[in-house]
Amino acid sequence: MMDKMIFGRYVPAESPMHRLDPRAKLLMVFIFVFIIFLANNIATYVVIGAFTLLILNMSKIPAGFLIGGLRPVFYLILFTFFLHLFFTKEGDLLFKWNFIEVYENGLRQGIFISLRFAFLILITSILTLTTTPISITDGLETLFNPLKKWKLPVHELALMMSISLRFIPTLMEETDKIMKAQAARGTEFSTGPIKNRIKAIVPLLIPLFVSSFKRAEELATAMESRGYRGGEGRTKYRLLKWESKDTILLAAIMVLTVLLLLLRS
Amino acid sequence: MQINLTNVEHKYQKDTPFERLALREVNIDIPSGTYLAIIGHTGSGKSTLLQHLNGLLKPTKGSVHIGEYTLAAGKKEKNLRAIRKKVGIVFQFPEHQLFEETVLKDICFGPMNFGVSEKEAIMLAKESLHKVGLSEDILDKSPFDLSGGQMRRVAIAGVLAMKPEVLVLDEPTAGLDPGGRKEIMDLFYDIHKETKISTILVTHSMEDAASYADEIVIMHKGTVYETGSPREIFSQSDQLVSLGLDVPNTVRMQLMIEQQCGRKLDQICLTMDELSEQIESLLKRGVPK
Ligand SMILES: Nc1ncnc2c1ncn2[C@@H]1O[C@H](COP(=O)(O)OP(=O)(O)OP(=O)(O)O)[C@@H](O)[C@H]1O
Ligand SMILES: [Mg+2]
Repeated sequence: MMDKMIFGRYVPAESPMHRLDPRAKLLMVFIFVFIIFLANNIATYVVIGAFTLLILNMSKIPAGFLIGGLRPVFYLILFTFFLHLFFTKEGDLLFKWNFIEVYENGLRQGIFISLRFAFLILITSILTLTTTPISITDGLETLFNPLKKWKLPVHELALMMSISLRFIPTLMEETDKIMKAQAARGTEFSTGPIKNRIKAIVPLLIPLFVSSFKRAEELATAMESRGYRGGEGRTKYRLLKWESKDTILLAAIMVLTVLLLLLRS
Repeated sequence: MQINLTNVEHKYQKDTPFERLALREVNIDIPSGTYLAIIGHTGSGKSTLLQHLNGLLKPTKGSVHIGEYTLAAGKKEKNLRAIRKKVGIVFQFPEHQLFEETVLKDICFGPMNFGVSEKEAIMLAKESLHKVGLSEDILDKSPFDLSGGQMRRVAIAGVLAMKPEVLVLDEPTAGLDPGGRKEIMDLFYDIHKETKISTILVTHSMEDAASYADEIVIMHKGTVYETGSPREIFSQSDQLVSLGLDVPNTVRMQLMIEQQCGRKLDQICLTMDELSEQIESLLKRGVPK
């Protein structure tokens, strides 16, 4: 059921994208999210599309898997497209049938906004697909480290994040197991009237909560008994290493920014 | 109820980079009323196989016939409920499925899902509670206030109360104390003898497989390695060891005796009684040396 989910999932592989420093990838995505709003004509969309494809190609994620996993988002994009198509009433009238009117700007907006949406989703998925959760957390912790001066509990936040990321697969596995156990006792999760399906949540959620609380307690005990005292003076097992290819990625996104600024109308 | 698996293949997460072949070319026939034990190294696909027996998983190739129902790759089966009513599964660590406020409600959950009236469900609940060796005064307690062993028994009672025609057990005694283990295994055996329901047991205990099963299936790397009676299976100790399995204690003892006195016993001994009889007759004949 959750087989095809790709959000927040890591695909182990050897690719240029996999080998980049997580900080470089995080910064790239962060900048990308801003500069995509600079695109406003065909030239800029072509440039940013080419960049997206390049990153995609460098990640060695099978296209079929990516497309299958993004299917739910695809419907959302389609919905946005039609929203813009039918409700923007500017520019020349292109098409009219009964009460449906399509204007030039509507079509343009529809295509542009959908593309923007698609590029954003692709780039952010590539980040999580090619970076282990633990590297993302490490990267974030290092990037946010300067904020410690203002008493932001960076280490604690990073720890919380890595613990939750660590337990997502466990939780999924457990959900699957309990769903199966209850299905074997006659609960229907995916067929039958909606009312019954909503009721079916209870026998699933209660065991999940019970085991999550138990696990949290066990984890806390285990950490304490192994001498965990918080981030003060703690060194790292995995050291992040910034290499020239990381600088190249950042340079590339800078070039993209400049190009967009020059080409936008 | 008869069960046949024909050329069953199962791939987890098919068509993704995470695809994993868990079962291939599995062919098993389970005649009505058989007590079948499935043994195999960890990861050999035993639990995956069990989940095909009531449609929790569907074969990605091949087909599973359960009584008059068929689950085949690529086909939709509308009668899943009917199948699940007939095939009860006790999962590994079944106590994790408890959720109701009281033990009574939890045991009634299964039967009532399958359309049994509340009154009848309560009767079934009490009956199965007795079967698993618990007394009625815990019926109104919260299942979360019980000990681990009691929770396990309540969960098992919840499956028994559904009155399945086939009982599927995935290491039902893992993590219990030896006494409790024997009690629960004897309980399943008694039910099997009394009601003639087919019982399919996955176990890591060679002793359990030897003393309860009519038929043993060895799973290895996702497929059936061998099928046979306990005596046939456990007479090939070298092969079992090479698969990462073992022989029952009695057979190990027998092998040691045979090696020590250089003489074969008349048959493979699956129980203590058989072994002591054999040793007695050996002593009567006189041990050389
Ligand atoms: N939900 C799942 N998704 C992907 N792979 C799985 C899943 N469940 C099991 N597998 C894989 O399928 C194979 C068979 O697993 P299965 O649980 O059937 O083994 P098992 O024989 O029951 O082992 P054990 O004795 O440890 O319980 C294993 O390699 C396992 O990693
Ligand atoms: Mg298993």
